[in-house]
Amino acid sequence: MVAVLASAPEPVTTGLAIELRNVSHAYDLPSGRLAVLENIDLVIEPGTCVALLGPSGSGKSTLLRLVAGLEQPETGSVLADGVPVEKPDPSRVLVFQDPTLFPWRTVRRNVALGLEAQGRLKTEGHRIDEAIARVRLTEFADAFPHQLSGGMAQRAALARALVNDPRLLLLDEPLGKLDQLTRLTMQGELLSLWQQSGFTALLVTHDVEEALLLADRVIIFSDRPARILGERRVELPHPRHRGGAELIALRREILQLLGVSEAI
Amino acid sequence: MADTTQTAGGALASSALFGDIWRNGLLAAASWLLAAAVTVGFTDVVPWGQTKLFALLLVIGAGAFLELAFTVHRLGAIGRKLVHYGPWWIALGLWLAAWEVSTAKLGWLPKPFFSPPQGLLHVYLTDWDRLLVCVLYSLRLWGLGFFSGIAIGFIVGVALGWSKRFSYWGMPLLKLIGPVPASAWIPSAFFIFPTTFGASIFLVALASGIPVIILTASGVASVNRSLYDVARTLGADRRFLVLKVAIPAALPNVFVGLFMGLYSSFAVLVIAEMLGAKYGLGWYLQFQTAYSAYANVYAALILMALLCSGLVKLLFVGRDRLLGWQKGIVQW
Ligand SMILES: Nc1ncnc2c1ncn2[C@@H]1O[C@H](COP(=O)(O)OP(=O)(O)O)[C@@H](O)[C@H]1O
Ligand SMILES: [Mg+2]
Repeated sequence: MVAVLASAPEPVTTGLAIELRNVSHAYDLPSGRLAVLENIDLVIEPGTCVALLGPSGSGKSTLLRLVAGLEQPETGSVLADGVPVEKPDPSRVLVFQDPTLFPWRTVRRNVALGLEAQGRLKTEGHRIDEAIARVRLTEFADAFPHQLSGGMAQRAALARALVNDPRLLLLDEPLGKLDQLTRLTMQGELLSLWQQSGFTALLVTHDVEEALLLADRVIIFSDRPARILGERRVELPHPRHRGGAELIALRREILQLLGVSEAI
Repeated sequence: MADTTQTAGGALASSALFGDIWRNGLLAAASWLLAAAVTVGFTDVVPWGQTKLFALLLVIGAGAFLELAFTVHRLGAIGRKLVHYGPWWIALGLWLAAWEVSTAKLGWLPKPFFSPPQGLLHVYLTDWDRLLVCVLYSLRLWGLGFFSGIAIGFIVGVALGWSKRFSYWGMPLLKLIGPVPASAWIPSAFFIFPTTFGASIFLVALASGIPVIILTASGVASVNRSLYDVARTLGADRRFLVLKVAIPAALPNVFVGLFMGLYSSFAVLVIAEMLGAKYGLGWYLQFQTAYSAYANVYAALILMALLCSGLVKLLFVGRDRLLGWQKGIVQW
């Protein structure tokens, strides 16, 4: 494990292949039915990083909840490696926009949650401190969540997900609430974690640049009920440069798809 | 500091010594000595017994404060606590002196109703065995009632907060019965239960259980949903969700219920003992009042105050253990 970390010659895990077939979803509200997703068809190859961009309230988080198995789609099906997703599973971990750490548990015990719930704490407990070290929180392993800064709390949430060796990491605007500097650092960290581990990543973000810096593909959602407006492949090697000409061109195209003008 | 006073000689030592004197300790010694002087200096209007012993205890107390005035700084945490309550020790001596004068010496306060301190001392010395039995009886009744009440209350509360079906049937009942004071059940409980002891346990359990049910249920029902989502994606089953998510998250609420239950359990305990018991502090109060033995009544009241506040203190210690993580989030 440690040797792999140091040089990362081959991925630790094999990513899941995800397929959404004609998925539609709606919520029942007191005021009536609220259609959220409409006929979504999407194939995500194992080990790739796909970013999902779209207006807020369009249904991005809902899509992640469906893939995580927290909810069942109204129609259509969600497949992981060809098998229908019926319930949550630690191989598909969701990192929420808020870190949602358990306030009564220290960082270490928060990271231990997954192994504890799966009854693997005794045999694999050593991985907890490894995961904490991966997100550079070793000094704060015994701190309570309210003693952490926003970025540290989000890193703890990331460690809590990574300790399960997920084959699919679902990230719901994980950096959305962080300040610019922390964001930039954590983007780099996410990227290197993904490169080291080989999981499939599905990243929801509202930041076009972040999507272009991290992802192999960017999917663009319409307003609610969300349909796929289009997608762009980003075939640039890492590390990518914010100011690169291709990136700027892609950014302009995506903003046009979203109907946003760049000049304000 | 303490070392310099011991090793250095002459003037230096005495000045360091004076720097270390606890002034309030000296004043407390003086006020306790005053109380002792009042106690032996004047004769009692009627004999109360134990007047000399009481004065002796006051002198011993005064001596202790005198000694502490020079040594308290070496006692660490206990010493700091003693120093913090310095003004209280002084006031206590003055209060005892005033109590002594107004009851035993001048008889200002109507005689059978107000006993001087030595009257209470007399009770503790002559009736200690009966008081001890009463304390044990009260503790037994309280313990059986309180712990069964909070155990059942906690389980029912978790079920009400967790299960929709349980809450559908349970909540209306709880809303109807919950607000009825436990003491209202006393007549029917004594009638329904075969023994008054059983009835008393039931009443104490009811008084402590109801607030625990209500607060546990609302605590479990208001747990942040995303905590469940997080736990489920990490592989948690229902058992884990209840035991490791719902219950710890509801614990701050549960403790509010426990404190409320503790207070109302005391109230019902005493009433139940007054009405139906053959022993216990509530019975003792009732019994001695009937014989106009007011010194005994006050002696029992003081014991009761110590007992109840001790139990409250224990619950605080338990809370600090289990909810220490809340420090820094809420006003502690
Ligand atoms: N549990 C829910 N119940 C009812 N409506 C919901 C629920 N979750 C989300 N919605 C609604 O569905 C729409 C899409 O939400 P969401 O997927 O969170 O959007 P996004 O993540 O793209 O901002 C929103 O209008 C939201 O109000
Ligand atoms: Mg969202």
